[in-house]
Parts: sequence; C-alpha cells; structure tokens
Amino acid sequence: MRYLPLTTNDRRDMLNAIGAKSIDDLFEDVPPAARLEAGVDLPDHLGEMEVERKMTELACRNVAACNGPFFVGGGAYRHHVPAAVDHLIQRSEFLTSYTPYQPEISQGTLQYLFEFQTQVAMLTGMDVANASMYDGSTACIEAILMANRITKRSKAILSGGLHPHYAEVAETTARFTGDTIVRKAPAPEGQENLVDLIDEETSCVVVQTPSFFGNLHDVTALSDAAHEKGALLIVVVTEIISLGLLKSPGEMGADIVVAEGQSIGNALNFGGPYVGLFATRQKYIRQMPGRLCGETTDADGRRGYVLTLSTREQHIRREKATSNICTNSGLCSLAFTIHLSLLGEAGLVKLAKLNHQTAVELSEMLDGIDGVECVTSSFFNEFTLRLRKPAADVVDALVDRKVLGGIPASRLYPGDATVEDLLIVAATEMNTPDDLAALRDALTEVV
Amino acid sequence: MNVQQKIPTDESQAVEHLDMADGSKGLHQEEPLIFEIGRTGKTGVDLPDVALTKDRLGGLARKDEIGLPNLSEPEVVRHYVRLSQKNYSIDAGLYPLGSCTMKHNPRLNEKMARLPGFADIHPLQPQSTVQGALEMIGELADWLMKLTGMPAIALSPKAGAHGELCGVMAMRAALEARGEHRTKILVPESAHGTNPATASLCGFSVSPIPATDDGHVDTAAFIEALGPDVAGIMLTNPNTCGLFERDIIEIADAVHDAGGYFYCDGANFNAIVGRVRPGDLGIDAMHINLHKTFSTPHGGGGPGAGPVVLSDALAPFAPMPYVVLQDGAWRIVENNGNESFGRMTAYHGQMGMFVRALTYMLSHGADGLRQVAEDAVLNANYVLEQLRDVMTPAFVGRCMHEALFDDRFLNGTGVETLDFAKAMIDEGYHPMTMYFPLVVQGAMLIEPTETESKESLDRFVGTLRSLAEAAKSGEVERFKAAPVHAPRRRLDETTAARKPVLRWQPHK
Repeated sequence: MRYLPLTTNDRRDMLNAIGAKSIDDLFEDVPPAARLEAGVDLPDHLGEMEVERKMTELACRNVAACNGPFFVGGGAYRHHVPAAVDHLIQRSEFLTSYTPYQPEISQGTLQYLFEFQTQVAMLTGMDVANASMYDGSTACIEAILMANRITKRSKAILSGGLHPHYAEVAETTARFTGDTIVRKAPAPEGQENLVDLIDEETSCVVVQTPSFFGNLHDVTALSDAAHEKGALLIVVVTEIISLGLLKSPGEMGADIVVAEGQSIGNALNFGGPYVGLFATRQKYIRQMPGRLCGETTDADGRRGYVLTLSTREQHIRREKATSNICTNSGLCSLAFTIHLSLLGEAGLVKLAKLNHQTAVELSEMLDGIDGVECVTSSFFNEFTLRLRKPAADVVDALVDRKVLGGIPASRLYPGDATVEDLLIVAATEMNTPDDLAALRDALTEVV
Repeated sequence: MNVQQKIPTDESQAVEHLDMADGSKGLHQEEPLIFEIGRTGKTGVDLPDVALTKDRLGGLARKDEIGLPNLSEPEVVRHYVRLSQKNYSIDAGLYPLGSCTMKHNPRLNEKMARLPGFADIHPLQPQSTVQGALEMIGELADWLMKLTGMPAIALSPKAGAHGELCGVMAMRAALEARGEHRTKILVPESAHGTNPATASLCGFSVSPIPATDDGHVDTAAFIEALGPDVAGIMLTNPNTCGLFERDIIEIADAVHDAGGYFYCDGANFNAIVGRVRPGDLGIDAMHINLHKTFSTPHGGGGPGAGPVVLSDALAPFAPMPYVVLQDGAWRIVENNGNESFGRMTAYHGQMGMFVRALTYMLSHGADGLRQVAEDAVLNANYVLEQLRDVMTPAFVGRCMHEALFDDRFLNGTGVETLDFAKAMIDEGYHPMTMYFPLVVQGAMLIEPTETESKESLDRFVGTLRSLAEAAKSGEVERFKAAPVHAPRRRLDETTAARKPVLRWQPHK
C-alpha cells in the first residue's frame, strides 16, 4: 500500500518492542461483540491509475461550466482564477500545515491571514474582519447570533432579497436557539418595506445587495432606521467582486458585513469549499465569532502575528463560547488573498467593470425577446427575467441546446407560484460575445 | 574546488551586520506585508479596460478608492513563496498533534478534485447535468455508511463542529417529534471544547461527567446522571486520552434505556477505521472529519468537512440536501424533506473534500483502511513504549492511536510543558498537542499517524529522549529561551489580546 511506510518486519519488530504478541493485543479494549473479524464489505485497494480512471469517468458525466455557454450564479460565480493562485495554494507549507497554534513556525499562515483580514475590511468598508468562516450562509447566521448578543434581543428581520438558502440556514438555527426570524416574501423587483417591521424587539435587519435577484440597494436609510430602534444592520454580499465597482456596505452604515468570497480565487466546486467573509466595527470585536489574527512582537522585538482574542472561542470558553466554530476556511482564504493581490486595486476595478458591462449587454439582448422581460432595474452582473413559460421548463430546454442558462427561481422557492416564471441570469468576464449570442438564440427558440 | 576565504574580523562584523539588516538569514527571508510592497502602475492581471458607457448601477458606484496594493505576478509569487517558507508542514516533517490526525495528504486527491467535471460545476445547474457528481456523492456516502455500520448520512456539514451541530440538532428534532422536551446533555470533562459549545448553541445545558484515574469516562457517574431530563450524551471514542472506552456498549444501552441519544465525536475514527464499526457500539450520530481520517488537507486551518452518520432513530430528521437514486437517475432532495430539521448551509456541502476523501478511500480499499488503523495504533504504542522510561505516561498500559504524557517527568526541573514543546521546534519538530485533554496535568498528546516510517519514529523518539534528559540535567535556560531557530521567537500573545491590532493601516 503506497501510503503506508511500515514493512512487515517493522511491524513485527515494533510489536516485540511493545511486548505485544499480535496487533490484536492493541485492540483488546474493544468489546468482543464489536470486533470486526471479517472486515468491511467494500472493495480492496487500487493503484493510482485505477483510481484516476474511475474518478475521471464520474467527472466526465457532468457538464462543466467550461463545456459551453454558462450563466448560472445565485451566490456562486464562475470567474477566471490566475494559474499562480492554484500553484501557490498547493505549496506543501500552506496545503499541509495545521491551524497556526504554534506561531513561531506558522508565520506564513498568520501573515497571510492578517493580509486577508485587511483586504476584507477594506473591501467591505469596515474596521475589522475575521480570518474567515465556512461560507457566506453560515457567516450570515453567525452575524445574526452576534447581533442578538450585542443587542440582547432575539428577533431578526430578513429581506426578501436574501439568498433563500441563507434564510433557511437562519431559520433552521433559530428553531434550536429559540430566536425569532421574520422572513419577507421574495422580492424579485427589489421593492419592499423593511423599515416598518423594525421595532424595539428587533436585533437586526439582514439585507443582501446585490440581492438574490440581482437588485442593488442603497441601505443608508435602512441603517438609520435600524439604529434609531437600537437594532443593527447586517449587509450580505454574495458577489464580492461587485465591491470593485459599488459603494461599500460600510459606507452605507452596515454594522456587520458578511459575504461569500468564492468569486475571488475559488472554483465553483459544486458548492464547496467556499470562504465566508465576516467584517464589523471595532467596538464589536469581542463579540465576533471565528478566528482572529493579530499583530504583535516576538522576544527579540520583531513584528509577528498570532491568533488572538481566543477567550471568545470554544477551546477556552467551552459552553460559554461565542460560537462552536473551530475552523476557518484557511486554504480558500489564501486563494482569495493571492488572487486579490494579483488583481490589486486597478485589476479589481477593471474586473468589476467587465462583469457589469457584460451583464448590461446581455440584459439588453435578452430584454428584446418576445416573451422575455428583464425585471431588474439596477444590477451588477446578475438580473432576473420574467418569462412567458415556467422558468424550470425553459432551463431544461436550454440544456438540450447545450446552454446552461441560469437558475429558475422556483428551484429555491418550491411551491411559490409568484416566482414560477422567473429566471435568474448571471454574466461574468468568462462569457464571450458568442456565449451571449448563444443564450439569446436559444432562449428565443424555447421561450 | 573548495576555497575557504579568510575574512578579516572587521569585515566579518560588517558582513554579519548586513545579514541582519532586515533579519533575513540564508533561506529564511524577512517579508513585509503585501500592503507595504505594492505600488501604483503595476498589475498582476491583464484585463481589458472597459469604458462603461451605460451603467445600470442605480447611482451606487463607488467613489472612494479601496486602498488595495498593486503588484506584478512575479512579486506576488515571491511574496507568498517567502511566506510559505515560514510554515512547518506534514510534507516537511512529522506533525505529532494529538487529536488532529496530521497524516500524509496524497497528491492524487488534489488532482482529482481539480478535474473540471468536479471543480467547474455549479451547485444550482440542472441535476441532469451533474449525474456523475451526484453518483460520486452517493458512492462516498456508501463507503462512509459501510465503514461506520450506520444506515444514514448527512453530508452537508462543513467541518467537525458543524457536524456536531447537525447531530445534536437531529437529536433535539427527534425528541420534539416524540413530544419530549429534554434540557440536558452529558459531556465528559475530557471532551473537545466544541462538544459543550455545540450543546449550548442548540439550547441544552451541559453537565460535565468526570474521568476516572485510568483515563476513561466514569461509567457509574454517567449512568447515575441519566434521567428524564437528559437528551443525550456526547462521547469521544477512542477518547481524547487516546483510550478506547471499554464500557461503551453498556453506556449506549443505558442512554437508550433512559430515552436519550448517543452522539459520538468521531475525531479519533482513524484509530478504529476498518476494525470497529461505531454502529456496532450503539451510537446514534457521529461526525467524520474528512480532513483527519480521510486525509483531505488541513490547509493551515481549513476548509474541513464533517459528514454525520445517523442511526435509524435519527435518520428521518437529517438536514437537506441529500442524494437519492430513483429509477436509475440520481436526484438531490433540496426542499420538502418531510421530517428533516432543515438546512445547515447553502448548497450541498464540501464537494471538493468529498472528491478527495473518496479518492483516498478507493486508494486504500477495505484492506488498506484496516491497515491504517492498525499502523496508527502500532506507531503510537511504539512511541509510548520508547519514551516510557524518560517521560511520564499519563496512564498505565497501552493506548490507541495517541500516546498521552503528563508533566511529572518535568517536576523540579523548572521546565514546563510549554517550554518542552517550544524546545521541540529548535530540534525541527512541530510540538505535540499541549494542555489537552484538560483532565491531565500539563498534558502532551502525541499522534504520529500511520504515515510515519519506523525510521522517522526512531529519530523523533531520539529527539524527545535527549530533550527529556536535557530538562532533567538542568538546562532550563535552553528551554525557556526556545525557540531560537524558528522564523520568530516566542510571541507576545498577551499584548496581542490586550491591544488588538487586527489589520494593517496606511500611514497617513
């Protein structure tokens, strides 16, 4: 077995050294009834070639985004990742190291986390950010729980533009924590009145921009209204590249910003692993969930970095911790940091413009089709179409024409007749003019 | 030809001074923050400049600069390569962190995870276009259920602690379905901190159960604490002391008789994979850290993956989504999951980790996985035996996959567990897990894993023996000063926490 270095002789010698007659002696505490004498009913080991063949065969039975025109978004986006990113994150010292609990021999990880935290704070327009969360959806519920701790209230109001999965994660968790979630109906056209729902019991308002349907929101007035009632504003961003072009949530008065960082540095990966971004105001840092990296000095006075404020965390505080989380999305946050470093200010702005331009062009091409109407007035790289037919049928018909044309809203709002005819379409820098034309032509045929 | 040039004294001082100008030494390069080396007028990407004639931004365009630095590709590559060189890694050396299972990460796993058919597919594209991915998930599920002897699995949890949350939520949902409101969860004092934190997040109070002097959970105390208010127990097996809980079946029966559920923390599954099925021990739920037992890389702290196997009693309450095979086609159930307690994350879980874990399992097979457990346990016992006379094992007898020592061998030396661990760094090793489990004074928990050769273990043992002897012979200063050969010496964690600096700020 190529991954196991012990030889038969080694095993015999080591058992002798231990004073054991056989390997079974080392498992003698296992109750006899639970000893698996016959082994497990699974196939025996395979060589590298056979494994590769089998996995490749499975992979080839999927239609990859690179196989044709592709317009699926909904919180996960296909962007170009420079080759240097994937090379660097596969360096042994990043890929195969543990959490940096021994800072003297983990400065590589710690310094990039410090850079990551700074980049996230800059992008979101906030004071500080943590070292990342599992993904955007879990970051969102952690933000709600944090707002509940800060305000000592327990009612969160969720916008109808929030990604439905994010809302479901919040509802699921609230069922067990005993908190209240008020979830607004889907708001495909962007208009909804959240202000009137805010009262003295409200801990936070959660609003996403660009929304799940693509709408952009100026949340400044919402922030003022929430603060007036002692509540916090949580802004969710699922397309982080939009912040290259858009006013930051911090500028619009957000108290906590959570985001999905997948768009920068990370592949689609069928939904994971991704990287949750979490940023807030300086005054709330001790209520933050997740790991934090901080600057300090070593015994010789040299600058260095450590994990800090760990008295919030489960390994110290146990049942009194701010969260049960004991991991971040390390390697994905590294990919984010390297990609953003390659982009720089200039590259990110160009990339954001390119996305927007492509989406504007596409929306104009599709809006003119008979039976298709774009219902999103302002957007970044994603918008919603109202179709003459149920969108799910249209998407299936597009697949027959080798186009992955977007997300039927009904997939995420099952049983809701008001969204049955809505198709959510994303365009990125990866889409060529030929792709746009292919979607236009295919949609014209099938709608 | 090898020419030794004699350098005059004054010049050698000058050379030394130069060497220390920014602290770089040989292969170790000091490296500023990326924000301190960026300049305007450079870029690491070549993208077209779009004029943006007709924007649809609704007046929300950014007006201020973000402040990100601009660098070319060679500068970015050099920066992150230099940072990488400041890290220890399993590829470079033995990583004896108990409870963490730092085993070799096969590169085939990485290659497979990057196949476009897995990496370049979207979680919300039509299910007819991802049949291979769903079958891959189905096969992973089948392997994990067979290895654990459990009838159901929830794949979406993102990490071990998220898996714990999944299991405890399923327990509470099952109790609620029975119309019962139980308030308490029993957790041993030796448990990982995530166990009590998870129970608490799910609205339970936590009752700690003591350990016995031999490192096992106190079975009598456990059974006595059971009652109509107890929702269940959370127990790690093998436990955090590296021992198999001999009374586990008796404990499981008692919990079930009292109407509670048994959550098993699967962090230490590596010790028993292929030899013991947790399902045969009477558990109701257990998370599997794919990044431990099944070798997906730790990546400097994540991403992990924590699928949870479930008993028949808890299976109906599993979170969405899950995959099913119906009439020859794979389908992912995302909504309307009957009694399902809900959704734990957007999309379907850590697909990239699933690919790596299945690749690992196929490579090992049933025979190889059993060998993994046997070699992991053999290696730990070998280390325990070779150090028994110079260090102090916390408990009498053998261990499973981890060898646990306490700090009695350091008594009177002035050297503490922390100093001993830091001295290991100067000898080229990452320290073992320290001060955990909490039930052992000055704990040092060593998990060598099965991917270390006997030669590697012998060298490691030799180093620890010499350190133990050095501590006993009064070389206390060497330990207090350590490490001196690492990229940094000990860091001031107190100031870091008291005056937190969590980001770089531009000098204005």
